[in-house]
Amino acid sequence: MSRSRTGYDDIVVTCPVTVPYVRYSIHGAHWFLAAALAELLKDAGLGKDRLDGLTVSSFTLTPDTAVGLTQHLGLTLRWLDHIPMGGACGIVALRRAARAVQSGDANVVACIAGDTNHTDSFRLNLATFSQFARDAVYPYGSGGANASFAFLTAYYMRSYGVTREDFGKICVAQRANALKSPFALMKKPLTLDEYLSARMIADPLRLYDCVMPCAGADAFLVLRRAEAEKLGLPFARILSTIERHNAFPDDPIQYRGGWALDRDELYAQAGVGPKDIDVLATYDDYPVITLMQIEDLGFCEKGEAADFTRKHSFTADGSFPLNTSGGQLSVGQAGAAGGFLGLVEVIRQVSGQALGAKVRNARLGLASGFGMINYDRGLCSGAAILAAGQ
Amino acid sequence: MTRPLVRPPRKNPILRTRLPTLPPGLRSRPALGLTAAAARGRFELQVCRDCGAVQYPPREACHACLSRRLDWRAQDTGGELLSETLLRHSNEVFSRERMPWRLGLVKLDCGPVVVAHLHGDCAGAPSRVRISLHLDRAGQAALVALPEKDSPNMADDRQLREMTCDPKFRKVLITDAKTPLGQALVEAVVAAGADLVWAGQTEPWKKPPGFERLSAIPQVSLVPLDLTNSRSVKDLAGEIGGRIDILINTADYHRNFGISARDGVETARAEIDINYFGLLRLAQDFAPAMRARGADGQTSAVAWVNLLSIFALSNFPPHGTYSASKAAALSLAQCLRAELGPAGVRVINVFPGPIDDEWNQTLPPPKISPARLAADIVAALRGGAEDVYPGDIAQDWLARWRDNPKALERELAAQQL
Repeated sequence: MSRSRTGYDDIVVTCPVTVPYVRYSIHGAHWFLAAALAELLKDAGLGKDRLDGLTVSSFTLTPDTAVGLTQHLGLTLRWLDHIPMGGACGIVALRRAARAVQSGDANVVACIAGDTNHTDSFRLNLATFSQFARDAVYPYGSGGANASFAFLTAYYMRSYGVTREDFGKICVAQRANALKSPFALMKKPLTLDEYLSARMIADPLRLYDCVMPCAGADAFLVLRRAEAEKLGLPFARILSTIERHNAFPDDPIQYRGGWALDRDELYAQAGVGPKDIDVLATYDDYPVITLMQIEDLGFCEKGEAADFTRKHSFTADGSFPLNTSGGQLSVGQAGAAGGFLGLVEVIRQVSGQALGAKVRNARLGLASGFGMINYDRGLCSGAAILAAGQ
Repeated sequence: MTRPLVRPPRKNPILRTRLPTLPPGLRSRPALGLTAAAARGRFELQVCRDCGAVQYPPREACHACLSRRLDWRAQDTGGELLSETLLRHSNEVFSRERMPWRLGLVKLDCGPVVVAHLHGDCAGAPSRVRISLHLDRAGQAALVALPEKDSPNMADDRQLREMTCDPKFRKVLITDAKTPLGQALVEAVVAAGADLVWAGQTEPWKKPPGFERLSAIPQVSLVPLDLTNSRSVKDLAGEIGGRIDILINTADYHRNFGISARDGVETARAEIDINYFGLLRLAQDFAPAMRARGADGQTSAVAWVNLLSIFALSNFPPHGTYSASKAAALSLAQCLRAELGPAGVRVINVFPGPIDDEWNQTLPPPKISPARLAADIVAALRGGAEDVYPGDIAQDWLARWRDNPKALERELAAQQL
C-alpha cells in the first residue's frame, strides 16, 4: 500500500445549489451553468472577482468546454478544470477542488454541473456518447443506457435473487422522499402496483426504473473553513473521498464497481464505518445500480442487497435514508448534474440545510457517483464521506 | 422455434409506402475493419500482432500491451449468452419501427464481451450461442448471436431477415435468363421461395437448350430486356420496376484476347456496352424505384446483385479487354452501392472465377459450374455479405490480391505466354 493520503483538514464544502429542473428547455447549457453560478455567488455573498477556481461538467456545452465558459461568463480564474465524468463528476470535482484549495492553488472554487435538454438532444447525445458506444452499442437497437442496464438488471435478478418488488421498493421510497422536494419533477406519489405494472421499456426494466432526461444544474462551493465561517455559511467537512476508473476490466459483466476496490480506504481515511453513515446518496439512474453501491460500499455483502432492501424503508424518516431528495429517479436526470444531485443533497442534509425530506440528526453522509457507460459498463466510480460542520 | 414466414398479403395500393430509414451508420475507422470482414462474410476480430490479445470494440491500440500493430483475424464463433433484454423503446426511427428487438450480451470464447442482436431461437441466458457477422441495413457490420445449431426456419426470424436479402416471397428480376447461369439462377431463386421471377431475354426467338423448361415454372415470367437498348430498359422499368425486390444482373458479354491479338475496338466496345453501359442503363432506370421501396414491409426491395468477375480485381491479359470492362463495372457498382445505401438496399458484387462455359474453354480447371455459382449467389442473398468470390480460382486470386496486388499483376502477366 502506498503512503497514507493527506486528509482534507479544514477544507469544507458549502452553498448547495440546484437550478430547478425542467423537462425541456429552449436555453443552452450555458444558461443553466450561468444560473447555477449566479445562485452560488448570491448564496455565498461573493462577487465574481472573489472566485478564482472553477470546475465544469456538462455534456451539452459542446463545442465549448470550461475554457469557453470563462469568457462566456466573464470570469478571470487561476484554476480551472473540465470534468467530463458524467455520474461521477460531482465526487471528482469535490476532491480536485478540495486539493486545489488545500494547496493554495485557489482560494474559492465553484463546482458546477448542468445540461440543457432540447427535444432531440438526448438522442444526439446517445448517438455520439463515445467511440465504443457509437461503434458497438448504439447501432444495436439504439436503446441507450436502458439496454445496458436491462442486461445488468436481468443478471442481478438471476444471480442474486433480487425481485422486481425489491427494485420497486427503492423507487417507491425515493418517490416518497421526492414529494417533499421543491425541485423534483415527479410530483405524484408512486405505488408499488404502479411501478410493477408500468410500461415495459427493456425487459425487465419498466418505465419507473428509468431516469427521465431533463434540463437543470447543480453546484457547490469549496473553500477553507475559516473563509466559510467568515461568510457565515453553513458547511460540511470532507472526511474522505475515492475515485476509480475502469475497475475490474476482466469481469464479463459489471456486477461490481470501483467502490469494492476502494471502500476500505474510504472508511479508513474517514475513521468511520458503513454503520455510522446517517444518510446515503447513490447514483441512481436505475435502481440496480443503487443496490450495487449498497453492496460495494459495504452496507451489506455482495448478493445480499435483496435481503437488505427487505429490511429497510429508505425514506428520510425511516431506516437507512437513501436519496432523500428523491434521487434522479424522481427528480430527473439533468445530464451531468445527475453526478451532483446526490452530493448536493448530502451537503444539505449534514449542514442542516435540507430543503425537503429531512433526516434527523444527520451527522455523517455518504455520496456516491457512477458514470460513463462507455461501452458495456460504467467506467467511473467515486464516493465521498461528508460530516456536519461542527 | 421461429414461426415460418407467411406470405404477405397483396399490397394495398392506397396505403402509403413506408420510407426507408437506417440504423445508425457512423463508425470510427477502426470499426470499419469489422465492416470489411462482414462484407466478405467472415467473422474477424482485432488481434494484437505483438501479444496476441483479441479485442472488441475495435480500437487504435492493443488494450493489453499498447502495441499499434493490430490485425483482423478469423475467430472462433462460440460464446456464452450472459444476459439479454427485449428492447421496447428506441431513440431512433429505424428501431422504433421494428420494436420489440431482442439483444444479448455475449462473452465470446475468444475473449471479448459483445453486444449482439439476439436471434429468437437462442435460449435464455445463460446459454451457448454462435456469433455471426452480418451487414445491417446501414451497410455496417452487426454482430448477430444465433442458436448454436441451426434451427428450423431460422432464416425467417424477423430480426435476422432485416440483415439478409432472403429471396423468400420476394420478386426477382434476372436480367439475362438465357445463359446457363441465368437458367440455373432462375431455378435457384424459385427453389429459395421467390414469389415471382422475371426472366429477361434479349432475343425471344432464340431457344437455348433447357429454356423451355424454365418458362413452364409457374413463378417465372419471361420479359423482353436488351441492356444495349435504353428504350428496352426504360420500358421494362416502367412496367415492373416498382415491384422488383431483388435485381440480379447476369448480362455478360465475354470475348477472349487482350490488345494486340485483335484489331479495332468493336469487341471491346460490345463488352463495355453490356458489361458497363448495360449496368449504367439498368441503374438509371431501376434503382430509383428500388430506393423508394427499401422499407416496404417484409418483402421490401433489398438487393441488387452484379455479376462481375475475379478479373475485375486485376487484369487477366488473355481476357484483357473483358477484364477492363468488368473493372469498369466494379467501379460503377461502388457508385451504385453508395446511392442505394441510404435506402438500405444492398449491392452484392459477385466475383466468380472462370465459369465453365464456352468463353473459358481453354482455361484449365478448376472452373465454377453455373449451378454452383447460382447456389453461391442465393447463399449470398441469404447471408450478410456484400462481396462474394465464388469458386476456387476466385478464392485463390483474392488471397493473392489481398496479400500483394503487384505480385498478382506479375503472375497474371506471365500466364499470357
